[in-house]
This record gives sequence, structure tokens and C-alpha cells, in this order.
Amino acid sequence: MTAILKWTSVRNGVAVARRDVPELDGATFRVSISEAVEDGTRVAALFGHIPEGEAGADLYAVLAFREQGQLRVARTRVVGDSFPSLTPECPQVHLFEREIAEQFGLRPEGHPWLKPVRFVKSIRPGHDAWGRTGPDAPLVGVMDYYRVEGDEVHEVAVGPVHAGIIEPGHFRFQCHGEQVFHLEISLGYQHRGVERAVTGGPDKRTIHYMETLSGDTTIGHATAYCQAVEALSGCAAPARAQVLRGIALELERLANHTGDLGALAGDVGFLPTASYCGRLRGDFLNMTAILCGNRFGRGLVRPGGVDCDVTAEGVAELLKRLESTMADVANAVNLLWDSPSVMSRFEETGKLSLETCREIGLVGPAARACGAEFDVRQDFPTGMFRFAQIPVSTGVSGDVFERAYIRWLEIQRSGDFIREQLQMPVGGPVKGEVKPMAPDSLVVSLMEGWRGAICHVALTGRDGRFARYKIVDPSFHNWMGLAMALRNQQISDFPLCNKSFNLSYCGHDL
Amino acid sequence: MFSIILARLKQRHRTIKYPRQPPVLPERFRGLPVIDQSRFGGTLAACAGVCPVGALAERGGEVTIDLGRCLFCGECEKACPAGAIRFSRDPQLASRDRQSLIVGAKEPELKAALDERSRKLFGRSLKLRQVCAGGCNACEADCNVLNTVVFDLGRFGIQFVASPRHADGVLITGPVTKNMELALRKTYDAVPEPRVVIAVGACAINGGPYVDHAETCNGAGAVVPVDVYIPGCPPHPITILDGLLRALGKVEDRAKSA
Repeated sequence: MTAILKWTSVRNGVAVARRDVPELDGATFRVSISEAVEDGTRVAALFGHIPEGEAGADLYAVLAFREQGQLRVARTRVVGDSFPSLTPECPQVHLFEREIAEQFGLRPEGHPWLKPVRFVKSIRPGHDAWGRTGPDAPLVGVMDYYRVEGDEVHEVAVGPVHAGIIEPGHFRFQCHGEQVFHLEISLGYQHRGVERAVTGGPDKRTIHYMETLSGDTTIGHATAYCQAVEALSGCAAPARAQVLRGIALELERLANHTGDLGALAGDVGFLPTASYCGRLRGDFLNMTAILCGNRFGRGLVRPGGVDCDVTAEGVAELLKRLESTMADVANAVNLLWDSPSVMSRFEETGKLSLETCREIGLVGPAARACGAEFDVRQDFPTGMFRFAQIPVSTGVSGDVFERAYIRWLEIQRSGDFIREQLQMPVGGPVKGEVKPMAPDSLVVSLMEGWRGAICHVALTGRDGRFARYKIVDPSFHNWMGLAMALRNQQISDFPLCNKSFNLSYCGHDL
Repeated sequence: MFSIILARLKQRHRTIKYPRQPPVLPERFRGLPVIDQSRFGGTLAACAGVCPVGALAERGGEVTIDLGRCLFCGECEKACPAGAIRFSRDPQLASRDRQSLIVGAKEPELKAALDERSRKLFGRSLKLRQVCAGGCNACEADCNVLNTVVFDLGRFGIQFVASPRHADGVLITGPVTKNMELALRKTYDAVPEPRVVIAVGACAINGGPYVDHAETCNGAGAVVPVDVYIPGCPPHPITILDGLLRALGKVEDRAKSA
């Protein structure tokens, strides 16, 4: 356990000089990650970066030590086109390594599941982890899928265009009758080139990339970004802005959790809760629109604070609506737990163990439903969450029921938080001055979005602009959880399991 | 069982009266921009620079905003001289014609209605296949919300269907990523003719914040012919509903909002 002591300790949303991030040799880097993960630590980010004006590529890792409230950062230099994969010892880095392979053409040797992530070309021309040559970009969805062979085994392929109004992705089920042996999820259809576009910034479009990274997490990603910019420019968002950001973040959680509970009810054919929650979700979105005019919170969070203050009448209106909406949500949601026809579909469906959850590094309500007590608001609090703690809700069974029930518990906690914040208004300005960003610095910015931990890592260059901007949406960790949850389930339970996670495609594809 | 009936009573009737009555919109809602040409006085260059997507520009001697590009972020309202640009609360933005999305001195005409033959064919029953092609899920969410009891899209004979073979048209969101181009084309081809194409949101109209990214096609128009444009980032559900109803000729004049 001594290797980890070589890593730099950083705090969430506090910048450090890049020269203070130690360069470790490959072996020490890997050993310290796998030892820390064995002790229950999470890998918040693992990503590549081409150092400016130097040969080779750097791999940066951010580890989140929950119990110490500490983040640790280190890097290692890769010379050549490959490095030994860490995935066999530490499965939760599997997708990070695939991403590094795709983006930089660095092959993680020994990776058991080395497939493209977004079907894009490597940024180092002529270096491709799969040795693909030719001018054409790799074709999306074309790769070697895992296949089960045998009598009566069949394959079901779905997507990229799905039946409902949802984002595109490709799913392949290996089935025996109704039973799913394995589900493989292949994404990348939503890739818009966000990380590439943010590099060299910030500019006037950057905040809009953040607000549209994953539309339902507008506040979560925009706040994570602003927190990073503020840390790099030595600017503190005023207290009133922090309160408003906290309220907006919890409204976002309320809207999405409520909508998902309705959709889960719809997926088991329980229409009362499905219809009520569909409406109530909109009521929460309309509360966000009281703050800034937009239902998703576009235009609210900006570097330095927030762009719209709330009036006393606005606060009164929000409190009034919160009371009536929360009462209606309780009324609609509690029908679920009292209906045997719902509970028999929810319970024991799509079960994940705490062990699997830890192994693959799940985050958010999906992890808490397995009993993992991981919540950025508690473990690495920033902004208003330093002063107003939200109790962490955890479950035991890790099935669809638990993922639904955690949402219900979190709805109640978020409602209490918003009420408390609205009743104790903090005065003062809502925006501070944003100065130029510090050169050659690094900042890790974590937020607990409604799906789980959002992680942004910004590296500035000599010119004080982004040399690298890494975004990790919670979905990046959790898609594998959905695949694991489907094992030995009926294929007809896929929509239900899928909705219990409700992951973001564009957040994953960037 | 009894609790379900009691809940039904408590949750009440929630369907809005639009289009018979004007919609209720938030105080700070940013809808159709109103431009006062006289207030610029040669300062456009300074304030046009704040637009993240180049929607604000001088065209034909007047200051204009291209609603097809606009993210409705309101930056120009703050940066331009007082009162020069004001985002009104008018949510009616849809048009059939890409050019009439460019707002200048006079109020844009609402020209969303499809031709007579299409209105006759689809006016009482329009089935749409939604294709998300790089959308951030906000436009998708506000299309989905039309199916809730609040908007109750079904009462207008409009329905989202699962298969393009069952559809009369496609409703596209997102800038159309290169990785979705083929899937979108195939979905469109699978819809029997005659078919309508509706582009919802700044991304689907012009690429949105992702305009000119090598990874995208700058909107649906580059891949399939678009019949109706519904601006916004994302458009308010009322804007989408209004656009659909207007396309079918069910709403014609400009209603004032409450």
C-alpha cells in the first residue's frame, strides 16, 4: 500500500500545478491502482494525453478515496504503441482502456475485451490499436461480437434505431429461448466530438457543449465544468449562486427520478403511476424554468456563478409548487409498492451483487441499490453540499425494485433539501468575476448527477487554455452494469432493466 | 384497488386546452426574438460576436437572427444595446421554409402548413417515427412529453410509432452524427411515400452547438429533404406541438400567449 503515497492528493474542485502530478513508472502506476481498487477505491478517470512537445503519451489516473474524502492523481509515460493492460486484475478500468486504445492507438496488451468504443479514428495518425489502415473511418457497429454457439441458441440484434423516442445504440442478445445468456452493448452512434472541440478552449461554445453533453444532466455537467473553470481561474462562485446551483441540481434529480419511476411503471403495464409521473416530471422541469426560463436549466449555470437570480416571488412560487408536486409524487409513487402486480415484476429482476457492482465500478443510484455507499455529495462535497448534507440512500438487493426504491428515497431527500434551501435564502450577488485560467494546471471536478458521479478533468497548457478536457459521464461506468444485470433474465425484461438504469448514450459517446 | 381510484381523483384532469386557449409559459421563457433595428447604431459587430453559433448577423442591410441556428441562450439580448434584441414569450416558431426562420425587422410569417395533398392525407392521422441522430436527449424528452396526459398528442390524431413501415414520416432530432447518417437514411427509406420530414431543434435544423464539427452532418437537411423546421434548444413542448398542428393546418394564425 505504499505505492499510493507517491500519488498527489487533490481535492474536488481545487487546482494543482501539473508539475506536482508525479510521473510513475508503469509498474508502480498499475500496482497502486489495483491495490487501491482492491481496498474499495474507485477509479474516477483514466485517460490519455499527448504531452505538448514531447514524445510518447501520458496516462493519467484519478482515484477516489471515499473514506478519506481524498482524490489522488498520478501519470505514467507510455513509449511505443502498447502498454500492459490492467483490466485482468482490475475490471473497472476495462472501458477506460478501450477508450485509450481507440483515441490514441495505444494497445492495452492482455485486455480481454478490446473492442472500439465510439468507432472513431485515433488522434495519432498511423497508430491504430486494431491495425486498421485505409482512409475510411471505422464503420460504426462493425466489430467482433461475443457469440454463444450451440443448439437452439439464437441471437437478437436491436438498434441503433429503437422502437421508442430514445437515443441510438446497438444491443445484441445471445439467447436460449427466452433466457438471455449475454447482452453486448455497442455504442458510438451519438459521437459528436465534444472532447476534441473543448480542447484549446474555453470559448463561447464551450458552455453549450457542457449543457448538451447529456440533455437531462444539463445542470450536472454545466456545474462540473464551471467548478473546474472557477478552480483554474481562482474564482469563487458566491454563496447565493451555490444555493441556486444546488437547488437546480436537485430539481434535475427530481425530474429524472420521477420520470423514470413513471416509465418503469409503464414498462410493467401499470398505467396510473405511468401517467401521473409523466406529468409530474414536467412539473419539476417547469420549476427549473422558473429559475432560468428553460425547462432543462439551459442558461442558468455559468462560470463564476449563475446567470439568473431568483426573486422573492419566485421563491414563494417554487415553495408552493414544491409542496403540491411532492404530495402528488408521493401519492403516485406509493401505488407502486402497494401493487403486487408491480412488485412481482420489480423484485428479483435484473439483480446485481455488491461484488459485481464494486468490480465493474458502478456509480449512482444503481450502485447504491447494491449497497455501495458512494455519493459525491457526501464523499467529496463542493458548493452548497459542504453546508447542507443530503443523507445517502442505499439498498440491499440490487434488483429493479431496489433501483426504483432508491429513486423514491432520493426524491424525498432532494425535496427536503430544496425546501430547506428555499426557506433560508442567502443574500448577495450570484456571479463573481472569472479571471484567466492558470497555466500548466490540473483540476478534477466531481458532481453527483442524478445518474451518479460526473467527473471532469481539465489540464491547462502553457497558454492557460485547455490542453486536455476529459469528461466521464456516469453512464460510462454503468452500461456494463446493465449488460451484467441482463444475464439469465428473460429477454422480455430488457426494457424494464434498461429503464431501471436509464443511461445516457450521448454522455457515453461524447 | 381502492387506493388506485382515490389516487385517480387526487391527480385530477391535467390536459391543457391548447390550441383552444393560449399556453401558460414561464415568466422567463425565451421565445421568438424581437429586433429593434433602430437601436443598433453601428454596434452590431460587437454584439454579434457573443453568439456561439453565428445566428445573429447582418443580412440584406438589417440585423437578423436565424432561428434555425439560435440556441435561445439570450447572450445577445445582454450584449446588444438596451432593447435592441428582446426574446419574447411567443413559442410559435415553426416554419416549412428554412428562409423564413430568419427574423429581421418584421415578424416572421408562420408558414408551417404542408401542401394541400399532405394535409388531406395526414390531417386526421399522422404517424411519426422519431429518429434521434446525435440529439442530447432534451429534444427527445420534449417530444416524449407530448405523449403525457398534459399534452395528450393522441387527441390530434398524431402518434409516434415503433416502425418506419407504420409511419407517415420521420421526426428527426440531433445534428445527425456521421455514425447515424446511414441509419437515418435507411429509416427514411423504409417510410412509405408520400412522407414528411420534421426537423426538431437547433441541432436537427443546422447542427446546433455542433455546427461544422467533422463528426456531424450539420443537421437533417444534409441527409433527407426537410418539410417542417421547429426551432429551439430544445423547443418547448408547446413549440413542437404548435409546429405539428400548424403543419397539418390545424392552427393557422398567431395566438398570443398567456
